[in-house]
Amino acid sequence: MLEKIIIIVALFSVTLLIATYLTLAERKVAAWLQDRIGPDRAGPWGLLQPLADAGKMFFKEDFIPTNADKWLFIIGPGIAMFTALLTGSVIPWGPDLQVFGETVELQVANVDVGILFIMGVVSIGVYGIMIGGWASNNKFSLFGAIRASSQMISYELAMGISVITIVMMSGSLNLRDIVEDQHGMNWYVWKQPLCFIVFFVCALAECNRAPFDLPECESELIGGYHTEYGSMKLGFFLFAEYINMFISCAVISALFFGGYNFPGMDSLSGNTLAVVGTLVFFGKTFFFIFVFMWIRWTLPRFRYDQLMHLGWKKLIPISLVNMLITGIIIAAVSGWFSGEKPKTNEPMQTKVKTEQLDKRLSMNTNTH
Amino acid sequence: MESIYLPAVLGGMWITFKHLFRKHNVTKYPEETREFAPVYRGQHVLKRDEEGRENCTACGLCAVACPAEAITMVADERKKGEEHLYREEKYASMYEINMLRCIFCGLCEEACPKEAIFLTDRIVPTYFERDDFVYGKDKLVEKVDERIDISKRQLTGKRPQK
Repeated sequence: MLEKIIIIVALFSVTLLIATYLTLAERKVAAWLQDRIGPDRAGPWGLLQPLADAGKMFFKEDFIPTNADKWLFIIGPGIAMFTALLTGSVIPWGPDLQVFGETVELQVANVDVGILFIMGVVSIGVYGIMIGGWASNNKFSLFGAIRASSQMISYELAMGISVITIVMMSGSLNLRDIVEDQHGMNWYVWKQPLCFIVFFVCALAECNRAPFDLPECESELIGGYHTEYGSMKLGFFLFAEYINMFISCAVISALFFGGYNFPGMDSLSGNTLAVVGTLVFFGKTFFFIFVFMWIRWTLPRFRYDQLMHLGWKKLIPISLVNMLITGIIIAAVSGWFSGEKPKTNEPMQTKVKTEQLDKRLSMNTNTH
Repeated sequence: MESIYLPAVLGGMWITFKHLFRKHNVTKYPEETREFAPVYRGQHVLKRDEEGRENCTACGLCAVACPAEAITMVADERKKGEEHLYREEKYASMYEINMLRCIFCGLCEEACPKEAIFLTDRIVPTYFERDDFVYGKDKLVEKVDERIDISKRQLTGKRPQK
């Protein structure tokens, strides 16, 4: 119990810290890509800049527009922040740690529906934006909110289908099982590059990141759904966005890039493996965060019809066909077409802990 | 292929990636300042000659040339005993340039037959009151002991002197 509380507090503070410093990282990356220096006044290399920004946010007047729906206006950023923080709980951050003879899982909740939980919570996250935009009683906010919700719904489909493909490969919705399946260099991205691309594009759209940042679209909608927000309520929206970015990069590295697995991990064991694995996982996550920023400062925004066109007419068919082909290959490998009875649900997987395999096999026999 | 955007996206990302390793192009302003062009047109100066006498004779050509009508002056006659102050018999007892009207075109400098007015590389600062932008002789005429170098601008806009 105690170790869970410690992990929850640690995850909470680490997530907030990372989100805070992502604002600085974003500005620094933007500066480097544009041949500039970036913030360098607050502390060495601008390291105190996030603190200065947070201080500014807190001391700004916290007002609510007269015609706004007061409670919904307050709840909006709350939901956005809440859901953003919730998603991190099912991500396996590293291999098991041994402390005082006890095994500590570096994960807040090892739930069996892990990836499904993330998809569900993320889709609740759009309520924060929707409610915030609606409650502002401003046409630009409402436009932003409507854009956000239709964009999220469109891209969640393709995202879900590409997740299903990965789930078919691993035979489990549990994120830790999915990560364990990719032992060493046996990452899913080598087998499913198309699926990765679809998922990555959808993750950009889900995070409202450029080139899909139409919900806030400064040049057309002022600030989109957070036009009427100020002070720390605005800070919550922006913060939630950065946390979402961090979490989706973590999910990308867990689903496609082996999470805490790395080549040559068999030479390490115990706590060394746990620490190095966790660092590797964070390294992969930060790499994808960098790619997110890199894309943002490279590409112009999509037009709304292009966005919908890409989502419905390109990504969904691609991911459907990909899923179909994957299914056929899995069936062929497990002997469905040669008339034999399939031995296991997980033909593609190469190395799973034996106990887990046993557990799953026994579950399979129960259902048949 | 073009309709899936991917080649164009990767091409664009390659371009920005190359910029990642390029040297930055930043002047950290308060600490470093950028060098002005030699012919920069900033705040005006009313020159004195080698003996410290004001060059300006209040002929009014600068005011006529000024497209923004920023220059006003009042002419006066040099009295006895003021020969060390003014070079010729006539001088400007009042000379004002409204820096809010001025467009820093340099036509006053071009019009001046006495080499009295020049634009310099000094920047007109900002004030809170409009009146503060009207510069009189106290700000425009150079001090006898702190001369302002206008050698870079001396020949610009004028016919080459032989």
